[in-house]
Amino acid sequence: MKEVIIIKLGEIVLKGLNRKTFEDRLIKNIKHRLHKIGPCKVKNSQSIITVAPVFDDIDIDEVADCISHIFGIAAFSRACVAEKDIENIKITSAEYLKDHFDRITSFKVEAKRSDKKFPFTSPEIAREVGGYLADTFPEVTVDVHDPDAVVTVEIRDDAAYIHSEVLKGAGGIPVGTGGKAAILISGGIDSPVAAYMMAKRGIELTAVHFASPPYTSERAEEKVVGLLERVAKYSGRMTMYTVPFTKLQEEIRDKCHEEYFTIIMRRFMMMLSERIAKQNECQALITGESLGQVASQTIGAIACTDIACDMPVFRPLIGMDKEEIITISRKIDTFDISIQPYEDCCTVFTPKHPRTRPVLKNVLAEEQKIDYEPLFSEALQNLKVTEIN
Amino acid sequence: MEEIYLDNSATTKVYPEAAEKAFQMMTRYYGNPSSLHSMGLEAEHQLTAARKIIASSMNALPEEIYFTSGGTEGNNTAVFGAVNALKKRGNRIVTTAIEHSSVMEAMQKLEKDGFEVIYLSPDINGKIRIDDVRSAVTKDTILVSIMAVNNELGSIQPIEKVHRIIENAKSPALFHVDAVQAFMKMPLVPKKYGIDLMTVSGHKIHAPKGVGALYIRKGVRILPLHSGGLQEKGIRPGTEPVPAACAMGVAVDMLSADHERHDIILSLNSYCREKLSEISEVVFNSDNDALPYIINISIPGFRSETLLHYLAEKNIFVSSGSACAKGHKSHVLASVGLDGDRIDSALRISFSEDITKENIDYLILCLKNAVSSLARSK
Repeated sequence: MKEVIIIKLGEIVLKGLNRKTFEDRLIKNIKHRLHKIGPCKVKNSQSIITVAPVFDDIDIDEVADCISHIFGIAAFSRACVAEKDIENIKITSAEYLKDHFDRITSFKVEAKRSDKKFPFTSPEIAREVGGYLADTFPEVTVDVHDPDAVVTVEIRDDAAYIHSEVLKGAGGIPVGTGGKAAILISGGIDSPVAAYMMAKRGIELTAVHFASPPYTSERAEEKVVGLLERVAKYSGRMTMYTVPFTKLQEEIRDKCHEEYFTIIMRRFMMMLSERIAKQNECQALITGESLGQVASQTIGAIACTDIACDMPVFRPLIGMDKEEIITISRKIDTFDISIQPYEDCCTVFTPKHPRTRPVLKNVLAEEQKIDYEPLFSEALQNLKVTEIN
Repeated sequence: MEEIYLDNSATTKVYPEAAEKAFQMMTRYYGNPSSLHSMGLEAEHQLTAARKIIASSMNALPEEIYFTSGGTEGNNTAVFGAVNALKKRGNRIVTTAIEHSSVMEAMQKLEKDGFEVIYLSPDINGKIRIDDVRSAVTKDTILVSIMAVNNELGSIQPIEKVHRIIENAKSPALFHVDAVQAFMKMPLVPKKYGIDLMTVSGHKIHAPKGVGALYIRKGVRILPLHSGGLQEKGIRPGTEPVPAACAMGVAVDMLSADHERHDIILSLNSYCREKLSEISEVVFNSDNDALPYIINISIPGFRSETLLHYLAEKNIFVSSGSACAKGHKSHVLASVGLDGDRIDSALRISFSEDITKENIDYLILCLKNAVSSLARSK
C-alpha cells in the first residue's frame, strides 16, 4: 500500500507577511533531512505539505520518524494513496485503517475534493465511505459530534488520499528562521536540553566545547559528540569547536584565589565562545544555566559571567526545576549519555568553597592577574573542528 | 615510536606464535572436537595437547584442567560450584577483602542467599595474615577462597599454609585460589599446597582474551554453573574455545621454556624502583617482596586519571587502580588503609619481559615532567 506523509503547518501560519519565508525554509529543511533516507517529492499546496517517497523500497516508518523530529510542524498524518474510484477508496480505507479502528470506539468521515470532476460530492463521499467503514467495523460507531477519530478522504488531482490518525510533530518553528547562536556544550544533562530548546525556536546551532587534556579524557569529548548527534536529530547538522582549555585552567589555578576559580573559568568560557560565535555569524550565546542548581549559578555569579560578553545570552533553563529538565532530556534521548561518568573540565578544578555572591570588582581584580589575551589567541588558533550530522 | 606498554596486569600482547596457532585452528583444523569424524578428532587432539601443556605447567593431570572463557567464569564456577556442592555441610565461607570483583560479587550474592561470609582484611602491605585465616576457619566452613597474588598491589598471599589450617579445623572446606595474576609468574603447584580449585586466565599471559582454565583436583566434585552438553565432563558444557585454548597452550609452552624471564623482570623491577625513588613525591604502595611484575605507587596531589592520560599522550600505558574499575574507587587500596589522597593518585605499573631500561628511563622522565608541570589537586 503506497503511503505518504501529510503535514499541516504550525505556528508558521501566524506569521503573516513572513509566512512564505518560513514555509520555504521548512520545506528546505524537510528535503534536506529526508535526503539521507531516499528521494522524496515534497509538495506544498495551500499550507499542506505532502511528502511522497519516490521509490517503493523507501521505508515510510523512517520518513515518519524523521519528520517527527523537524521543528515547524505541529502535526502530521500518514495517508495511504488510492485510485480515484469510490469502490477502491472504500476497500482501501478499510484495509489501511483497520489497526487504528481496533483502538477506537467512534469515528466520522470528512471528505474534501479539489478535483471537481470527481462524480461524487464531498458529502456523498463521506456517506459512502462512512457507511462502508461502519459495516466493516461493527464495534465502531459513527459519531458526528465528538468522535475518537476523524477519517479524512481527500480527492486530489492525482489520487485519493485517506488518513485518520494525527501524530504530534516536534512543534517549534523551522530551524534557520531564528538566526544563529552558539551553544556552550558540556557533557552534562542541561546544555543539550538548552540546545534543543533554542533550536526549537528556529535557531541554527554552532557548538563550543572546552576540553582540558590530560585532566579530561577523549571519552568525555566523545560523549559530547554523542549528545550533539542526538540534538542534531532535531536541530539539523552543526559544527562543533573544541577549545583547548588546559593552559588557561592552569593559569587560573596558579594566579588566582581558589574561591574565584569557577567564576573566572566561566567568564573565560563566555569570552572565548563569544569570539567563536562572531567568527561564525552567530548573534547570541546559549547556555544550560539554571538558577540555584550549583554554586556558580546564583544570581550574583550569573551577573558576573553575563557581563563578560556583549552578545545576548539565552538561558532557556533559567526558570526550570531539575526534574523538568530531566524530563526533556529523556524525551530527546540525551539523558542516558549525559549520566555517563567521564570528567569534564568544569569539575576538575573545583574550589572547596566557591564564591556564591561574588563582587564584580573583586572578580575583575583576580582576573587581571592573568595575561589572558595571548592565551586566548593561542586557544582560538588551535580549535578542533568536528562536523556533527 | 612504538608504545611502552606497562599495563600487563590488565592484559598482554598475544605472542605471534600463539596468534598463529589460533589462526591455524580457525582456518585449517577447525573441526568441532565433539564431532565423530576425523576433522573433529584432529581438533580434539590439538585441544588435548594444549590441555597437557597447561597441566604440566602446574604439575597437574590433564584431566584436572577445564577450559573456560577466562578468570571471571573460572572464579564463578569455582565459588558457586563449591558452595552448591557443599551447602549441606556448612554455612560459612572465608575469603579476603582484596579479592577480584568476580569473587567479591559472587560472595556478596551468596551473602544475600543466606551464607555467612568472612572477609579477611589485609595488612598495610596488602597481605592477609595467616593467623586471621586460622581464627576464621571453623568446622562449619565449606569454602576458603584466597587469591595467590593481588592484582592491584602485587602482594603475595600466604596460601601455602591454608590447607593445613583447613585440615586442623576438621573443616570440609574446599580451598580455591584465584591465580590469575600469579600463573606463570611464580612457582605454583596446586597439589603441593592442597589447593582444590585454581583459576587462571589466558590474556594475562600473552594468549588471547576469552579463554582461561580452571584446575579442579582429581576427586573434587563441584556443581556446574551452566547446563548443556557433555564437554569438559559436564562441568563446563559448550563447544570448547579451541582456537584461543590452543593459543594459550602455545603461550604457556613458550613461557615454561623461558628461564631468563624471571630474572629480567626482577632487574626491571629493581631498576624501576630505584629510578622512581628519584622523584620525591612518589610513595610506594607495593611492598618490596610483592610480585616483581607489579609496582603500585601514588603521587599524592595528582589524580590517577590525569597522570594516566598524560602518560598515554606520550605513548606510555599504565593503569590507575584496577583496570576493570572504570571510574570506581579501588576497594583494595581502601581496605589496606590508604588515605583518600593516596588512593586517588595511585598508579599501577606492570611489566612484561620486552620492556627495556630505556623505556623505564622515559617513563621516569615523563613522570618528572608531569609532576613539575601539571596542576596539583588539593
